[in-house]
Amino acid sequence: MDQNLPTGGEKLVQCLEREGVEYIFGLSGGAVMPIFDALVDSKIKLILTRHEQGATHMADGYARSTGKPGVVLVTSGPGATNTVTGLLTALMDSAPIIVICGQQILPMLGKDAFQEADVTGITYPVVKHSYLIKEAEDVPRILREAFHLATTGRPGPVLIDLPKDIGQGPCAAPFSDELDLPGYEVPSRAEPDKIVEAARHLSRAKRPLLYVGHGAVIADAGKAVTTLAEKLRAPVVTTLLGKGAVDEMHPLHLGMMGMHGTAYANKAVADCDLIMSIGGRWDDRITGKLDEFCTDAIKIHIDIDPAEFSKIVVPDISILGDARLVIEDLIPQVEMADTAEWLDQCERWRKQFPLKYSKQGGLRAQYVLDRLNAITAGEAIFTTDVGQHQMWAAQFCKARSNRHWISSGGAGTMGFGWPAAIGAAFANPDKKVWAVVGDGGFQMTSMELATAQIHKLKAKCLIINNNFLGMIRQWQEMFYENRLSGADLEGNPDFVKLAQAYGVKAFRIKRSADTDRILEEAHAYDEGPCVVVAEVVKEDNVFPMIPAGGSVGEMLIEAPKHKLQKPTGST
Amino acid sequence: MSAAQTIPTSESNPIHTISLFVNNKPGVLVRVSLVFSRRAFNIESLVVSPAAEGRFARMTITCSGNSGALEQMIKQLAKLVDVVHAVDHTRDDAYETEIALLKLDCAIDERTHILQISEHYKAKVVDYGTDSLILQVYGSSEKLDAFIDLLRPFQLVELVRSGKLLMARGRQLT
Repeated sequence: MDQNLPTGGEKLVQCLEREGVEYIFGLSGGAVMPIFDALVDSKIKLILTRHEQGATHMADGYARSTGKPGVVLVTSGPGATNTVTGLLTALMDSAPIIVICGQQILPMLGKDAFQEADVTGITYPVVKHSYLIKEAEDVPRILREAFHLATTGRPGPVLIDLPKDIGQGPCAAPFSDELDLPGYEVPSRAEPDKIVEAARHLSRAKRPLLYVGHGAVIADAGKAVTTLAEKLRAPVVTTLLGKGAVDEMHPLHLGMMGMHGTAYANKAVADCDLIMSIGGRWDDRITGKLDEFCTDAIKIHIDIDPAEFSKIVVPDISILGDARLVIEDLIPQVEMADTAEWLDQCERWRKQFPLKYSKQGGLRAQYVLDRLNAITAGEAIFTTDVGQHQMWAAQFCKARSNRHWISSGGAGTMGFGWPAAIGAAFANPDKKVWAVVGDGGFQMTSMELATAQIHKLKAKCLIINNNFLGMIRQWQEMFYENRLSGADLEGNPDFVKLAQAYGVKAFRIKRSADTDRILEEAHAYDEGPCVVVAEVVKEDNVFPMIPAGGSVGEMLIEAPKHKLQKPTGST
Repeated sequence: MSAAQTIPTSESNPIHTISLFVNNKPGVLVRVSLVFSRRAFNIESLVVSPAAEGRFARMTITCSGNSGALEQMIKQLAKLVDVVHAVDHTRDDAYETEIALLKLDCAIDERTHILQISEHYKAKVVDYGTDSLILQVYGSSEKLDAFIDLLRPFQLVELVRSGKLLMARGRQLT
């Protein structure tokens, strides 16, 4: 081997440096050793995680909090298959991550060799694109393409499988900016005709509504959307993942829509005469029963992915393009709409149906999150898992800045929140990062306490501990005659002691009266990670709620007195 | 099901013909077929061959499935990074053809009827054995269906069909 040539692994690491990669989240193994070896001499910081799933969520949290791709490095076989959950999570929420897997040597492929898995085959449905590198010469081009694909258009996860013999063999290829992607186009500005048509409808609408999705976050369209909303005098609602694009404290903001959205947001959705989706995909948790969703409203859909048009809702106007550019093109074309009556109505709903919770009978998760919102003062980055805690956090923690709300939406991945907070904390050392997790999800990736502790990372983890898989218990109570099945998390550890076992500072909140003091202390704690365990009442439910597959007319503002039918939607 | 039978169609699940222009790389076929299986579309025939420029390949796919889902499926196919374009030709003006090979068990003195039918369909005998014949026929898939149905009573022992080949007429994109 030519001693002057870099190895494939060294070339790959040089390509990562060239792409501006700061951190790699990963776990080692036999087949990936050439790349780990190359990292010894690199300025890229290797973050050794305790599980490959944790590595993918860290990369995801890094990516969503910065807009820059997060990079994961794992070994072949089980190391690679452990990334599948993280890939699905990133794909469903359009997060740019790049997963690099070591692989068996080329001559052994297909021979059931040790730690061999057809990882490109296994992951086809959960990636935007994937590569198995078969020639060392392809390393620079494939790395460039992977970063381009992950971050442009509708972002998403890209997987690269690198056989060990290529990783340790010579690579003579120079760096490349070449892209060999003839089938790949990135939309930017929309067709002018569509803008004119949309502007005409927006200016005429009496009850317009701007529905802000994750695409607006990704495109950093929030400022433009705010300007448009102010010019039109149109209220704004967001999806779970659209939180933060527009400051939730803005007077035109009605909060989150959908299954557990605010009642006033959902009433506005039900009653609007024009709804414009800005990077939203009309998810079933947003629309509920399609036949009854905005039946009389004009529907405008802005998206960068043409496959989203007519997937769920057939729009009157579909606008293909980058959300920020589209809104910026729209602003000069719209005229102030006659919406005074509509805004009055929205304000009446806001006063009539505020978010509320009981302050009796023990510590309430909603109270803890309401106080966390007050103490963080709109400056923290929040991450969450999935479940009751997620919905309460979405309702009570106001996201005021773009990329400050990071939650597993499409995939609903338990175990996402804590590692995502670690990734976000690496990317944002100057910001406070709070993971809000449930006791169920936390235990899926709790071993990453070690990852945070060894780096003295200032990520904070609030565990809403009700000793249940709370959303499951809620559904079983409401729709399955309270026949609890597999919802009780008996056997939970003492989370304070668990954190302390990792050397992590831990706090416990048992009484409402202690909440502010403990949250403030944790918020100010600056020496490393910390865990706050809120021992909340065991049986509390999330309201408002639109049962899955239902319409806004079926929205439950509080616990129903009557028996409910099983919902028609799956989740 | 037997390929020789007319493929059952219905209002809700008619036969669609889709052309894909794709990168000629390993793994592309899997990515394409996953788009079909995910949406419960049954692929009836699939022809893959290099395009005029060898770095690309052509796929002609006939499939049955819900018409309402077809538009979304075409979009999902077009979204694949390796797919340069995806076109639904179901109702297009296009030239279509298919080739079939049929093996029949028959002694020499039983062949008169078979050869008469073959002549009518412009089928060619490509292997003339003592106990068997191989016939080659090409044309529209419907013509092949009819030809095969006529020969089925004559101890049809093997059948190989290429699947539909299609090219859009004139300046239209295939």
